[in-house]
Amino acid sequence: MTELALHHAHEPPAGFTRWLFTTNHKDIGTLYLLFSLLMFIVGGSFAMVIRAELFQPGLQLVDALTFNQMTTMHALVMFFGAVMPAFVGLANWMIPLMIGAPDMALPRLNNWSFWILPFAFALLLSTLFMPGGGPAGGWTMYPPLMLQTGMAFPFVIFAIHLMGISSVMGAINIITTIFNMRAPGMHLRRLPLFVWTWLITAFLLVAAMPVLAGAVTMLLTDKYFGTSFFNAAGGGDPVMFQHVFWFFGHPEVYIMILPAFGIVSHIVPTFARKPLFGYESMIVAVMSIAFLSFIVWAHHMFTVGMPLAGELFFMYSTILIAVPTGVKVFNWVATMWRGALSFETPMLWALTFIVLFSIGGFSGLMLGLTPVDFQYQDTYFVVAHFHYVLVTGAVFAIVGGVYFWLPKWTGHNYDERLGKLHFWLSLISVNVLFFPQHFLGLAGMPRRIPDYAVQFADWNMISSLGGFVFGAAQLLFLYNVVRTIRGGAAATPQVWEGAQGLEWTLSSPPPYHSFTEPPIIP
Amino acid sequence: MPGPHPIRSRLVAALAGLWSFPAAADYALNLTAGVTSISREAYRLHMIVLWLCVGIAVVVFGAMLWAVVRHRKARGAIPAQFHDNTRLEIAWTAIPFLVLVALAVPATQALIAMEDTADADLTIKVTGQQWRWRYDYLNEGIGFFSTLDDKSAAAGRKNSGVDPRTVDHYLLAVDNPLVVPVGKKIRFLTTATDVIHSWWVPALGYKKDAIPGFINEIWARIDAPGTYRGQCAELCGVGHAMMPIVVVATSDADYQSWLAGMKATQAAAAAAATRAWSKDELMAKGQQVYNTMCIACHQPGGEGIPGVFKPLKGSAIATGPVAAHMDRVMNGVAGTAMQPFAKQLSDEDIAAVITFERNSWGNVAGDLVQPGQIKAARK
Amino acid sequence: MEQDESRYFVPAPSHWPLVGSIGLFLLMLGAALLLNDKATAGGYAVGLGFLIFVGMLFGWFGTVIAESRGGRYNDQVDASFRWGMGWFIFSEVMFFAAFFGALFYARHFAVPWLGGGGEKALTHELLWPSFAAAWPLLQLPNPEHFTVAKEAMAAAGLPAINTAILLSSGATVTWAHWSLKANRQRQLVAGLACTVALGALFIVLQAHEYWDAYTLKNLRLSSGIYGSTFYMLTGFHGAHVTIGAIMLAVILVRSILGHFTPQHHFAFEAVSWYWHFVDVVWLGLFVFVYLL
Ligand code: HEA
Ligand code: HEA
Ligand code: HEC
Ligand code: CUA
Ligand SMILES: [Cu+2]
Repeated sequence: MTELALHHAHEPPAGFTRWLFTTNHKDIGTLYLLFSLLMFIVGGSFAMVIRAELFQPGLQLVDALTFNQMTTMHALVMFFGAVMPAFVGLANWMIPLMIGAPDMALPRLNNWSFWILPFAFALLLSTLFMPGGGPAGGWTMYPPLMLQTGMAFPFVIFAIHLMGISSVMGAINIITTIFNMRAPGMHLRRLPLFVWTWLITAFLLVAAMPVLAGAVTMLLTDKYFGTSFFNAAGGGDPVMFQHVFWFFGHPEVYIMILPAFGIVSHIVPTFARKPLFGYESMIVAVMSIAFLSFIVWAHHMFTVGMPLAGELFFMYSTILIAVPTGVKVFNWVATMWRGALSFETPMLWALTFIVLFSIGGFSGLMLGLTPVDFQYQDTYFVVAHFHYVLVTGAVFAIVGGVYFWLPKWTGHNYDERLGKLHFWLSLISVNVLFFPQHFLGLAGMPRRIPDYAVQFADWNMISSLGGFVFGAAQLLFLYNVVRTIRGGAAATPQVWEGAQGLEWTLSSPPPYHSFTEPPIIP
Repeated sequence: MPGPHPIRSRLVAALAGLWSFPAAADYALNLTAGVTSISREAYRLHMIVLWLCVGIAVVVFGAMLWAVVRHRKARGAIPAQFHDNTRLEIAWTAIPFLVLVALAVPATQALIAMEDTADADLTIKVTGQQWRWRYDYLNEGIGFFSTLDDKSAAAGRKNSGVDPRTVDHYLLAVDNPLVVPVGKKIRFLTTATDVIHSWWVPALGYKKDAIPGFINEIWARIDAPGTYRGQCAELCGVGHAMMPIVVVATSDADYQSWLAGMKATQAAAAAAATRAWSKDELMAKGQQVYNTMCIACHQPGGEGIPGVFKPLKGSAIATGPVAAHMDRVMNGVAGTAMQPFAKQLSDEDIAAVITFERNSWGNVAGDLVQPGQIKAARK
Repeated sequence: MEQDESRYFVPAPSHWPLVGSIGLFLLMLGAALLLNDKATAGGYAVGLGFLIFVGMLFGWFGTVIAESRGGRYNDQVDASFRWGMGWFIFSEVMFFAAFFGALFYARHFAVPWLGGGGEKALTHELLWPSFAAAWPLLQLPNPEHFTVAKEAMAAAGLPAINTAILLSSGATVTWAHWSLKANRQRQLVAGLACTVALGALFIVLQAHEYWDAYTLKNLRLSSGIYGSTFYMLTGFHGAHVTIGAIMLAVILVRSILGHFTPQHHFAFEAVSWYWHFVDVVWLGLFVFVYLL
């Protein structure tokens, strides 16, 4: 490190090495967010292939193998490329601002967490161009099917290892920042909810991602080194993989929703002009959800033939999650109650989040009832469930958060009319896209099929049409964001009339190093 | 079901259906009530929890809507400043909890009943493999494969030019359906030979995974004769959409006569194994076996799928010494999708399919393989 | 420096993370190519990736050590490092948990089920009628594609000795730590040297044990679930011991160079935590893999 570099540590260095070598939480946050946007488009394009093939019965566009690759890659890219990095990006941007810190605790590590990702996805996406194509066993990678993957196999495994390393390091950084970088007076009991939810999410990440690494490592050795973890002939069990996988997998889905809860808990009070209702019960609820998330995993495996006691235990623990989640929903409604509501774009997304996420939650509860899950499992009912919690849940919260904070980040106000247009188009089309999938599932359409019996044709066509419109609507988002980055009316520090918190005391955009002096917490 | 409706009328039907699920049963927006006690129990629970959720939704979203309409700044609302209320918070923790307990009770009862496979009248072993089902009637000593019917298979090829709507029960029809008697407690044992599959007939009320190396048990007592269709419900590779299940439930008398017929056919087939076959016979039989057992991977022209399934057309094995060819087919290739077929196919089936592969698509090995050779090769 | 580091330390831009990513990428790419039988390209990529990665470690840690010795780190930075290391070790614990979970599942569910126990009696009857469940599992349900082991590992002998070695190495590293805090430089070096030596001894004995298992007992990764869990658990543990011993050696050198003060020695503590973690994992291994 040269003296020169030290001297300039205060101002952003010029040129693209700024982005390659940066240790600045905002730069890294921006990198994460842009990467996530790119991956959203990639993963979304795969979804468009899926929807186009399912537009009508028969195989027209792609063959079955390609279809399965699309399904698998769509999910992997959306999870590890789009939603998780988006949340990490938001954490990078907002946590130091919210807790009054100059930066993240471990800035170089922070840079590393990000710069592993593009390489990981290079490995993953490159498999699509290999002989035999990419992974086609679903994102859940169940053996023995996954072991039939050809050349792509080790690339996928190693890509997942890299993503895991990136996530764990990112999470460690966030935990450390929250515990160690708070401004004096920023007690844990004052911590904004986004920070709280992320703290707990980070804990889930550190606990869950290494288990995934273990699971895929066993896959690797089963394929190449003759181990028999998942092979009954050698004393193993294919179902064992599912246990290990879902021990990661279920916390993983909460990893993708808890920060969303945090975002909504900022947006709703801001536009209700009223303090968040039940701050403490919100935190306790998130903690309970996080705890429960580690003891419900086998609700994804009700049909594998577990002993009765196991099925009962996992049914009870699963439906119990409705209680703390309900507390959160009720608290948001109570926050709106007798407030002075206004409906700028971020608020629209947040309100929609509450309703549509709850619908996804309701179908989750239905899935949690073991005897009925025997019917629902592996049908489009499940697909509808998780897209409601993930798309109208996680993604809608992210989009709402971006509108909410974009003026803070860029110093420019976005185009409100365009934002609302984007919202309404998305709201309508996303329901046309996913609501009929409930019907399809109940009527008996299995998931992960490239072609279906003709009685499912109508709803599939409607769903696909909704999908195309929803996809196209996101172009408006892209345009609006790019436009706002490049210019627009200047934003005030507070941006929103009802906004409360440290992050709104800094200029928009904030200085390169957020709080070089610890702020005074009132 | 009548022919295709315009989409709009279907939408109307859908909305109407939301309010009267049972009435719209033929339109299939909802679970079927099915034909077993299990399926009816699942359906009942489904309706309970569905309406429960609708009720909660009405209350919660109603309150939200009220706030959105009444407490808006544009109407001059002045924000209150309250931010907690312990009693309220305890109430909305406790009440949902009690609701869930009330829900768990019937669910537990239903589950216990479902898992009770004791005292079955007959036992059928259901084996999944890429991509067909095999049914073995354990008490009767008969067994057969059940594969997607040819019409669906042909129409389902990419750009086949056939409109699936013109195919009867597209993707839901098989060559040999599972035939069972009504009113008897049938125990199904599911397992698989290669990857995980899942045996699902909605009208029976459940699915159960078929896991290689393990056996899962389920049961059904079907109370109405009829044909019930289902599909494999666990991703099992490129043919996952193409392994349907058809269960034909008949009266006990019909079932018995079907059984007798089945036994006679299988005995005749066993007898045929010993004689020498002509080339034409072998080729015809081989083509038939190939089309049901091998085509999904090795493709109609023997070209395979590059990088995934090896081609047979021009392959060294299929044109070289016959011993290696027999070995591949009978013993499979460990660690790949090519499984051992020795236990699954009869001597004449194996002999025929090998002969067929060696003399098709430009392969000109020219030699015949007789069932006797296969029999000898079996240890 | 314009920045007031007595309050906050924010490092300047650094190229090491990117270099590290490239190193990791090449390593993984190479490994994937090797597994696909692309030996030449894979070998080069792995080699290059490894060199870059090691170079990154030297460069990055070199920078950190220089900053630390330059007095640029305040207590807050120190605390950040501590939090970071603590949670990193926790993530490692969870990694091992996956394999312990597999062991647990195999012993308590899969193997008994295959042998007709519990709720899966028919699995045994119809699919594996001649299989008898046992642990350690030597007779496999279907030995056809496996290397059948002759004998299981015993707890007495090398594993017991290794347990003693690791436990005493835990003691010596604590001795070194106390000495450091009491500013007894020579005892610090002696304690650390003992620890490194014990660590190395452990690795040598473990290698010997592997050799035994592999040749005499014919126990391989491919000997069914017993061999799989045995080698995976002890193997990953051994790898961690090796890494730990290397880190200890670095710390030993730095101690000899006098890098640490009684107040300021995060690196030492981090490595000793790591060593204790490796120690505890071994205890778990000894109990669940060898003893029970
Ligand atoms: C963000 C992601 C996310 C979230 C938050 C959830 C939330 C929940 N999920 Fe979901 N789930 C997924 C993502 C998610 N899920 C994914 C990706 C899959 C499929 C994976 C795959 O197979 O590929 C899946 C699959 C899945 C299954 C397996 C289905 C199957 O394959 O058969 C089950 C079964 O129990 C389930 C249950 C639940 C439950 C009970 C919740 C609960 O947390 C929901 C709680 C919320 C509410 C209930 C609503 C609000 C509450 C109230 C208003 C209070 C009052 C309510 C009552 C008292 C009822 N989920
Ligand atoms: C966060 C996670 C996430 C997100 C955001 C999405 C988003 C979408 N998903 Fe999916 N999905 C999953 C997670 C997610 N999904 C998972 C886990 C599975 C299970 C996989 C498995 O079974 O293994 C799955 C499976 C899945 C299926 C079932 C596949 C099958 O079972 O075979 C379908 C089918 O409709 C689907 C559709 C969609 C659509 C239409 C969107 C849309 O919301 C996407 C919209 C976005 C864009 C389109 C991109 C941005 C826009 C542009 C680039 C503009 C250009 C667009 C056009 C030209 C139209 N997804
Ligand atoms: C589920 C997929 C699948 C099915 C069904 C299948 N095969 Fe195969 N087959 C494969 C795969 C994969 C290979 C390549 C194995 C390898 O890597 O050597 C293969 C290889 C072969 C080979 C050796 C080809 C060569 O050149 O190495 C022969 C012969 C063969 N199969 C015949 C058959 C016959 C006969 C059937 C039906 C009775 C059949 N296969 C059904 C997947 C399948
Ligand atoms: Cu068999 Cu899907
Ligand atoms: Cu889950």
